[in-house]
Amino acid sequence: MLSRVADSIYWLNRYVERAENIARFVDVNLNLSLELPIGTVQQWKPLVITTGDLDLFRERYGEPTADNVIHFLAFDPDYPNSILSCLRAARENARSIREIISSEMWEQVNAFHMMVQEACERKALSELFSFFAEVKMASHLFAGVMDATMSHNEGWHFGQVGRLLERAEKTARILDVKYFILLPSVKDVGTTLDELQWMSLLRSASAYEMYRKCQHRITPQSVAEFLILDREFPRSIQSCFLQAERSLYCITGSSPGTWRNPAERTLGKLRSELDYLTIEEITHIGLHEFLDDLQSRINMVGEKIFETFFALEPMS
Amino acid sequence: MQFEQYNPEEFYDEMFMAKGQPRPDASLLVERISSLSLDELQRRQRAAQNALFRIGVTFNVYSDSQGTERIFPFDIIPRIVSAHEWAWLETGLKQRIQALNLFLSDIYGEQKILTDGIIPAELIHSASGFLKPCIGLQPPQGIWCHITGTDLVRDRDGQWYVLEDNLRCPSGVSYVLENRRVMKSTFPQVFRTMAIQPVDDYPSHLFETLLNLAPPGLPDPTVVLLTPGIYNSAYFEHSFLAQQMGVELVEGRDLLVADGYVQMRTTKGLQRVDVIYRRIDDDFLDPTAFRPDSFLGVPGLMEVYRAGRVAIANAPGTGVADDKVIYAYVPQMIRYYLNEEQILPNVPTYLCWEPEQLKYVLANLDKLVVKAANESGGYGMLVGTQATPAEREDFAGRIKAAPRNYIAQPTLCLSRVPTLIGETFAGCHVDLRPYILYGNEIYVNPGGLTRVALKKGSLVVNSSQGGGSKDTWVVAQTSEEPDIVQQRSSQTQTLESFESIESIE
Repeated sequence: MLSRVADSIYWLNRYVERAENIARFVDVNLNLSLELPIGTVQQWKPLVITTGDLDLFRERYGEPTADNVIHFLAFDPDYPNSILSCLRAARENARSIREIISSEMWEQVNAFHMMVQEACERKALSELFSFFAEVKMASHLFAGVMDATMSHNEGWHFGQVGRLLERAEKTARILDVKYFILLPSVKDVGTTLDELQWMSLLRSASAYEMYRKCQHRITPQSVAEFLILDREFPRSIQSCFLQAERSLYCITGSSPGTWRNPAERTLGKLRSELDYLTIEEITHIGLHEFLDDLQSRINMVGEKIFETFFALEPMS
Repeated sequence: MQFEQYNPEEFYDEMFMAKGQPRPDASLLVERISSLSLDELQRRQRAAQNALFRIGVTFNVYSDSQGTERIFPFDIIPRIVSAHEWAWLETGLKQRIQALNLFLSDIYGEQKILTDGIIPAELIHSASGFLKPCIGLQPPQGIWCHITGTDLVRDRDGQWYVLEDNLRCPSGVSYVLENRRVMKSTFPQVFRTMAIQPVDDYPSHLFETLLNLAPPGLPDPTVVLLTPGIYNSAYFEHSFLAQQMGVELVEGRDLLVADGYVQMRTTKGLQRVDVIYRRIDDDFLDPTAFRPDSFLGVPGLMEVYRAGRVAIANAPGTGVADDKVIYAYVPQMIRYYLNEEQILPNVPTYLCWEPEQLKYVLANLDKLVVKAANESGGYGMLVGTQATPAEREDFAGRIKAAPRNYIAQPTLCLSRVPTLIGETFAGCHVDLRPYILYGNEIYVNPGGLTRVALKKGSLVVNSSQGGGSKDTWVVAQTSEEPDIVQQRSSQTQTLESFESIESIE
């Protein structure tokens, strides 16, 4: 298939997934702030820190109040990673490959975009909770429609790779938000308040029930283990790697465990490292440091995919 | 809803001969529509428009910074052309395309028509559509204009005229196909009782036309459709046609020249391209041959084309025949190349570069439509009947400064078709753009795009000016009838009302 088309379907899925995950980590913070003891200052700055765009935010908005941060992340038309911008970009990509994707997919992206745009015009804070839930649902709907109406061909697999890499990266980021959230004092670590925060975090990754099925107690370590290393939960990082790798093999025809191009190699290496990693080792490195490194390595996989499949130059 | 109130007035009406008297081929339709209530008709109109919106049959508006897509408004009352009349139009169109193609071969080849003095050489050399890099080119099978969308209009007396030939990248055929799809669900019973010629095989014919150009001996040639991208006003159509033909929709950046061939960048490496149906203008095709600032084309494309290693439809250079001064010579071309008289007439055209005609034009600016020879889309046009004296004076100055660049035509009064507007049928002016494919043989898609001026009394059918479209039905004859086409009104009529038609692109 055309490199540009593969690139567009990859980004279409990345952007839809990105919008969903932004909704997730704004949602987790909204939930957390409800559970903070009366009198504690709400913490919105961590959200901006994890986007890596704190400077840009400061310049444009100044103080990271709830309203400012929510506007920035959800509705800012000039911030390229806001939910609104993601949907715009997703729709542009979909429009350029309309003849490749199913019409149901196109209609769903269109409807999704329209929904976000309308919410952006209303912007009533009271509707925010339902808005973020709607964004998540619309993204699931898109993924479901794509799964059920598009042939699972090369293009579909490129879409999968895009979605899964984005999800892995954002799960790492959601987990990292907790690192920046300050408890009222150090002695609160391990208290009810701390536990509540970890529960909210699990919920924001739709992981709470699935977590409970394999771990009964909420401890920071086992939450991190579940979201990073679990091989079955579809939003855990390792599960995303496993599926993305499978799709990559379907695209190239290579045998699992081998590699023929840099994309397969970087992803395969990352996945196999996680295969043999324990949560103790991760804690030893430091969770934040580990996640930080993981995020840049996921970005590296994205770059290799771009070089291998999309940025084709003729041999001279 | 009844047509009792509908009055064709002094116009040529495509559906009624006179008030209450439907044309024979339209009588079944009139009967059917009359049996429906207003509510029902309005409901079907809305359903049809919703269907088009859902499918996403849209065009982009250039001036809109958001690049918003809009729907081309659609009216459910079709325009009817009798099979008999159609047969005549078809013959006329084929004749015209054949002559124009021979002209293009000649003009980029031996230029006999110039040496024989039929067309003054300086007119060709001053035509902006005449591309020097195309001289000496020999496209596959000697075909230059593979896809044509000729604009036809009908004057007050019912006489057909060719308004423009559109030999470059005519758009609009996707509306023909989608309108028909919607109409079939709007009036299924009518389709069962009237023998309406199908249009749906256009994509198959188009694909065959393109395959016909592939270098011989290739088992499975690769055909692509080259689009300027999603911001082009006709992007929907590009994507639609690529999908209908099952070919790749490519942008300039997907293609490159390597190893002497045009290749496309795929996830599995480079893949050779054999035929390009291009929907970008000549000027933008190849920055090394034409406009160096073009990012839409493929550097080196013309070299490969010249070497016969890729086919392009339409061939670069066809724009010379769209020059409105050259258009005026089509009757002479038909005589010169085919030794026949033209079947479909041109609109009478005054050429300002001829001093006598210039004098007439300047003296009659208030009655004429003046058009710039090399512009389309209604740019550089003066509508004498509607212009202020100051505007006319300004235009006269421009004509005198560059007479070669202007032509003038009498103002035609376009035929009308009843159209559902609000709660009544209003007579709205229409034109017709049939689509002609030149492959192994010449194929004319039966019908074409009927554009309609939806604003009351308006004569502009352009999509950006509140124009809309209708389905066009070529209907098999129900009984023996006199030859209505050749029949002319015995009354002499003056052409006083103004008409302007602009192309979609």
